[in-house]
Order: sequence, then structure tokens, then C-alpha cells
Amino acid sequence: MVLEFRDEGIYCPAGRFYIDPWKRVDRALVTHGHADHAYEGHRHYLATHEAAPVMRHRLGEIDLESVAYGEIREIDGVRVSFHPAGHVPGSAQIRVEHRGEVWVVSGDYKTTPDGLSEPWEPVRCDAFITECTFGLPVFDWLTDAELSAQIDEWWRANRAAGRHSAIGAYALGKAQRVMTMVDASIGPILTHGAVENTNAVLRRQGVTLPDTIRVTSETDLKAHPGGLIVAPPSALAGPWLRRFGPVSTAIASGWMALRGVRRRRAADRGFVVSDHADWAGLNMAVRETGAERIFATHGYTAVFRQWLEEQGYDAQIVATEYGDELLETEEAEA
Amino acid sequence: MKRFAQLFTALDQTTKTLAKTAALTAYFEDAPEADRLWTIALLSGRRPKRTVNATRLSEWAAEVAGLPMWLFKASYDVVGDLAETIHLVLPEAEAAPDRSLSDWIADIRALAAQPEPERKAWVLRSWTELDGAERFVFNKLITGGFRVGVSQKLMTRSLAKATGIEEAELAHRLMGKWTPETTSYVALITAPDPEADLSRPYPFCLAYGVEGDPADLGPAEDWIAEWKWDGIRGQLILRGGQHHLWSRGEELMTDRFPEFARAADFLPDGTVLDGEILAWDAETRRPMGFSALQTRIGRKTVSKKVLADAPVILRAYDLLEEDGVDLRALPFAERRARLVGRIADLPADAPVALSPVVDFADWDTLGPIRETAREAQAEGLMLKRKGSPYHVGRKKGDWWKWKLDPLTIDAVMVYAQAGHGRRANLYTDFTFAVWKEDELVPFTKAYSGLTDAEFRRITHWVRRNTLARFGPVRQVPPEHVFEIGFEGIQKSTRHKSGVALRFPRMLRWRDDKPVAEANTHADLLQMLEQYG
Repeated sequence: MVLEFRDEGIYCPAGRFYIDPWKRVDRALVTHGHADHAYEGHRHYLATHEAAPVMRHRLGEIDLESVAYGEIREIDGVRVSFHPAGHVPGSAQIRVEHRGEVWVVSGDYKTTPDGLSEPWEPVRCDAFITECTFGLPVFDWLTDAELSAQIDEWWRANRAAGRHSAIGAYALGKAQRVMTMVDASIGPILTHGAVENTNAVLRRQGVTLPDTIRVTSETDLKAHPGGLIVAPPSALAGPWLRRFGPVSTAIASGWMALRGVRRRRAADRGFVVSDHADWAGLNMAVRETGAERIFATHGYTAVFRQWLEEQGYDAQIVATEYGDELLETEEAEA
Repeated sequence: MKRFAQLFTALDQTTKTLAKTAALTAYFEDAPEADRLWTIALLSGRRPKRTVNATRLSEWAAEVAGLPMWLFKASYDVVGDLAETIHLVLPEAEAAPDRSLSDWIADIRALAAQPEPERKAWVLRSWTELDGAERFVFNKLITGGFRVGVSQKLMTRSLAKATGIEEAELAHRLMGKWTPETTSYVALITAPDPEADLSRPYPFCLAYGVEGDPADLGPAEDWIAEWKWDGIRGQLILRGGQHHLWSRGEELMTDRFPEFARAADFLPDGTVLDGEILAWDAETRRPMGFSALQTRIGRKTVSKKVLADAPVILRAYDLLEEDGVDLRALPFAERRARLVGRIADLPADAPVALSPVVDFADWDTLGPIRETAREAQAEGLMLKRKGSPYHVGRKKGDWWKWKLDPLTIDAVMVYAQAGHGRRANLYTDFTFAVWKEDELVPFTKAYSGLTDAEFRRITHWVRRNTLARFGPVRQVPPEHVFEIGFEGIQKSTRHKSGVALRFPRMLRWRDDKPVAEANTHADLLQMLEQYG
């Protein structure tokens, strides 16, 4: 086996490295900077140039080496390279080749381009280790054009009614995607500190984002009426939002496709914006890799495995600590 | 259907009452009258019956979507709603001309009479013609499960705004056994004939629970206390030589409780009583407990044996109409005095009896009286302001229920099952057990009482600590103790534990309590002895 599944994470015995390990290891190859993939405490990290700044921002002083997309590294005779996953800026699938056999670890991915993340590319392989967060046929995303029209309409209506529009979106990825999706000419974009800190990191590495205003205790909110407030979902439920006065709230998440979840979140609106592949995206990705062996890591693994098996694949489930089926992801980066 | 789907979306995507009222008012102002009438019917629980069975619909949807049946079912398990699952898996619709809500409902109702191949063809064609929310609403209508987060009160208020008719008057007009087939918008709303429906009940006056100290309600002499019975709220109507019995949920229960046919022997025509239906032991002149009444609920026809084993009466506590005159505006003390005049001296075999007042001198003496409610076969006290009219629906201030604190027991969670709908991806339905020596005996299920945050926490734990799966049910290690509250306990031969609880729910998560200190089966049996 090129890769095996250990208590610490996905392991390459020939190269003696781990991919996205959740326990402390010597050498970690990391697909992207989200907390359930980039854990702290490893001795040595390897990630893409584009993912590195955010990882340093989140994990502090770490021993981190970075590589370009497509650049091949030899680690103890194992050829390793990173390929765009389209999930968030800097996110990668990791290709591992040993003695002519190729395995790919998907990390989290989205097959449709979002104008922000490096667009997903299929990587041919023998074995594909894939997420399936939204691995059910009920998940079928709208196009970004349809989504931005929905969000713009909501923002415009609120602005006309003298309200702010507050949208809950994970600080890395979803928040930036929302602000690049909307028509920034509608009004000012106001950001929570956690979002703006990530913005600063991304801007420094050359990512183009619309103008934003960091909200602090000194910000004169009266000077920015009818703004789009972009904040982590948790901030929408807390006292932070009170300073804005009348406000309409929304959550941007793939889970908003389900009416029950949408209603439970008690936001005024739920926009189905996901950084993960939908059912069609997952199936397309699996097909395009040309792989015969598929390992489903996190999400609706049992369903997706059975489906793939019926499609003629050798499909298995691997227990990992990425996501937690629905809950953490619902709170975080889905 | 576009206009109605638009209304549905507006109502569904907000939690704010003001926004809902605005959306409904606008709809009642501009939708066609026939659609208005159907909307009123739908929002007051008068849904068309399911015309296609759920299995067929699932099969057809899976077929159209190109999915194996197991995958459709797995999706349904997650979504928790059949209409939504079908809507989500189907391919996008093609553009089709818009048809009104009432047109669609007429077709849906006609469906019941058609043979299956025609039915299927029609449903499949409809799926290709309806887009987005329209298709979801359509699925809700054919599955007979249409619901939206709007109370009848909110709907009535919006209709009042749109029509200029007073809200309480409208609430009354909307009561009773009408359907859009039997009436019209004009006959029901704008120009009703008061004689048209003699069975029409008055809207029930509802009470809030006492918060804090009842002494805050003001001078005790302004109040009347009554026992709060543990039965079924009912309104008994004697008009036009006939009798009608309505439940609080606006269900006509006349046939289910034939005892009340004799009410006309004891009471004049033009009488309407509000009270509690109780299974009644004529010998001891005491209620028989809810388990006896339960044998009468949900049965359309009642056997002689059931009738003899659990006869019912109405314990009346209010007089809403006397000699055909609506008394609701009178002060409660006055209505009560008239009620006493009408029924206090009825013979013991009358199906109606007076619900007595509970005398009390001041608030301090009422507290200890409330503590004895279980001995009186009641679940607490009702407090009613002497000067209050009979309100429409729930109004704060004049009627209060002051229930006993629930019985409680600390139990260990042993199984968990995912919820549905709003709680589709959370583990919310739990089975609890108590100790019998060193064994845990399951004795109840409970699925409410925790906060969403607590449900998320326990769900996280369930996912990581599953011992075994039995279909949707997961067995978990006995590690968590919950305080279970319930209103009553009865002997049960159906349950292994030998008991059945009434209204069990989780009062709190006893994080502080080790599993070994949870209650025992012997504790349950002792409660059964004491309160059963």
C-alpha cells in the first residue's frame, strides 16, 4: 500500500510522512489550512505556497516548507506533488507516487470554480481517498451566478429598508468567497476581526478582495449604513452583532440546502453556498481520477461507498477525524 | 401556484412575526378569492388528504431521478421529510404556464379516484412543470403534510388586516367544520350567515402557565381557583335540537363520545359549555385517570365494553351561550354563576357535571392546596380572574394554569435515534433506563427538553460512541444521566419495565451525576404505588 490508515492519520510508510494527521507527528503534508486538516504540534509541515501564510497565521511559528502546485518533491524515493482542490485559496489534493503506483488524497474539494480558489483539477490515480461531506443526491448546488443574485437581492432589500445584512461564513474561504461573489457596489462590506485578519493574510499574498471595513469598537457604524457584515457564524448568535442595530441575518453553508437545518439555525435566510463538491461533483471527481480503488473519508461515507460499489468501484470507508459528519462542519467551514 | 409558493417561501424563510403578517396580509389582499379560501383552509389545518401513497411517490421519484431505492431512502433518512427529499432529488423543471393554487388542489383531490397508471403519469408531468418552491409545496399537498410556521392566530390577524373585519369576530367565523368545498370566501369571511352552521364552536380561551409567585397576580379576592383536570378540553354545543362536541384542536368528537347524546335531556337548546372530558367513575364520583380516557381517544366507533369500562362526562367550568345568547363578554364570575344555576343540580347520571371551585382565603393558603392536586386527580390549579371575559385564544393576564411540578427520576441514556425535520441531523430521541440490580432496564423515551447546543453536544458524543446500530437506532454506552420529568405514571403490560409515563421529557442533563447513582426500578415501582 502506498498509503495506510493509522491512528495518527493517513500515512506513507515508504516516505515516512503523514497527510493531514490529527495527532502529533514528525512530518506532516497538509492539504489546506482549516483546523480539522492543519493540526498544531507537528515537527515539520509541507504545504503549498498559497496555503502557507494562513497556516502560519493560525499555527504560529511552525517549521513549514512550501511548494508550488505541480512541483514534484522526492521524499525517500516517494514522489509527492500538490494539485489544486478548489476548496479555499491554497487548498490542494496531494498526489503520492511510489514504484509506479499513484494515490491521491483529496483533502476537501469543490469541482466548480469560485473565482477565488485555484480551480480544482482532476489527478489521474490508482487509488483516490476522497471526502464526501455532501455525498447524497439531495445536494445539488446552484451556480455562483444564481447564488450571488440571491444574496445581492437580500442585501439590496435590507439596505432599502434601513437594515444591515449580516452573513455568517467561516473566516477562511467562505467569507472571502461571499465578499467576492456579491455586487460590492451595493454598499460597504463590514468585517469581523477574525475574517479581516484572514483577509489581510490573503491580500498580502496577492489575492484580490473587494474593499472591506474592519469593525472595531471605534468604528462609526452610522457612517456605513446598509452594509454587508461578514462574520463567523458564531458571532451572529452572540452579543457582537448587537452594535449594528436593525439587522437581517443569513448563514452561507451547504447545509442550508436542507430546510430542517435552515430552520434550526434561526437566521433570517440561508444561502446554499458550499466549498465542498455536491453529489454530481463528487461523482465527476471520482470518475475523472480513473481510480479503481476509492476510500471515503468523511461525510456520508456509508452511502457513498455503497453507491460507488454499485458503480463497479472497489470502495471502502476510512475513519478519519476530518469534519464530524455534519456538526462541526455545519458550525465551521461547510 | 407561483403566488402561493412565493407566500410559502416568504413565511418559511423568516422567523419574524411582523414579516410573516406582512406577507400574509399582502397575499390576502391580492390573491384570487378561491386561492385565499384554500390558503385559509391550509393554514387552519384543513389540509387535503393524502392522495398518493408515500411508497409509490418514493418509487416514482427515485425512478425519475435515476436512483436505486436504497439511496433514495438513505437520503430521506437524512432530510427527514418526504416532500422535500423528492423535491431535492428530482431534475430541474421545464417552464410551464402558471395555474392557480385552487386549480392544482382540485386536480390533486380528483387524483384519488383515478387508476394508478393515470395517477403516476399526472404526478410525473406535474413534477416537470413545477419549479423550485412550487414543487416542494405541491409535494406537501399530495402527501397531505402541508404545514408552515404560521399559527392560526397570526393568519387570522393578517386576514383581519386585509379585510378590516375584527380579529375576534374572524376567529369565530373560521371555527367549525367548513371546507373550501362547502363554502365560499364570501360566505365564510365577508358575508356569513350566522345560522348557516349551528355546530360552529367558539374559539377556545387558553391559559398561560404561572410564572413566579401567583401573589403577583393581585388581590386574591379578584380570582377564582379550579382544579386543572387531566382530560380532554371540550366544547359541548346544543343547538337546533342537535348536539356537537368539539376538541380544542377543532376536531368534531361527537360520534366518539355517544354519552353526550343525552345532554339534551338535561339542558335546554341554545346552550354551549366549556369543560374537560374525563373518564368518570360514577360510584366514587371521581375521575378514572388518563389511562382510562386513553381507551376512548382515537376510536371512531366505541364498543359496548369500552363504553362500560371508561364512561365519560364533561366537567363544565364555563357557560359560553345561554338560550342562544353569546355570553362571552360577561365577567367570568357572572358566567360561572349562570353555569351553576344551569347544572349544579343535575342528577348523578347526567353526562355533564359542575367542575367545582377550589375555595381559598389568600395566596398563602392556595399553595398547599395545589400540592394536593394529585390526590384530587388533577394536574394542578386554574386561576381565573373574576372580571374577565371569555377571550379568543391565548391572552396573557386573566387565565393562568398553575400546574404541579412534574415527577422526576434520574435515568441513564442507552439508545439514541436521529430526529426528523428541523432536527434531521441531530440525535434527539433517546431511550432511558434505570437500574435493576446491576442491569439497566429501559423504561421510557424522551425527545424534548434540551437546548440545541446540548443536542449538538450529545450528537457529537453519540457519533463517536456507538456500540451497535439497529437500523436508525444506535446503542450507546451507559455514561450519561438525565433528569426525566413526567406528569403521571401508570402500570403497563406492554413495557418490559411494567410502567408507562405520561409526557416524559428531559428536564436537564445531569453532567454532575455518576451513572451508578441513577434511580432504580424499585424507585419507579414506588412512584407507581404512590401516584399510579
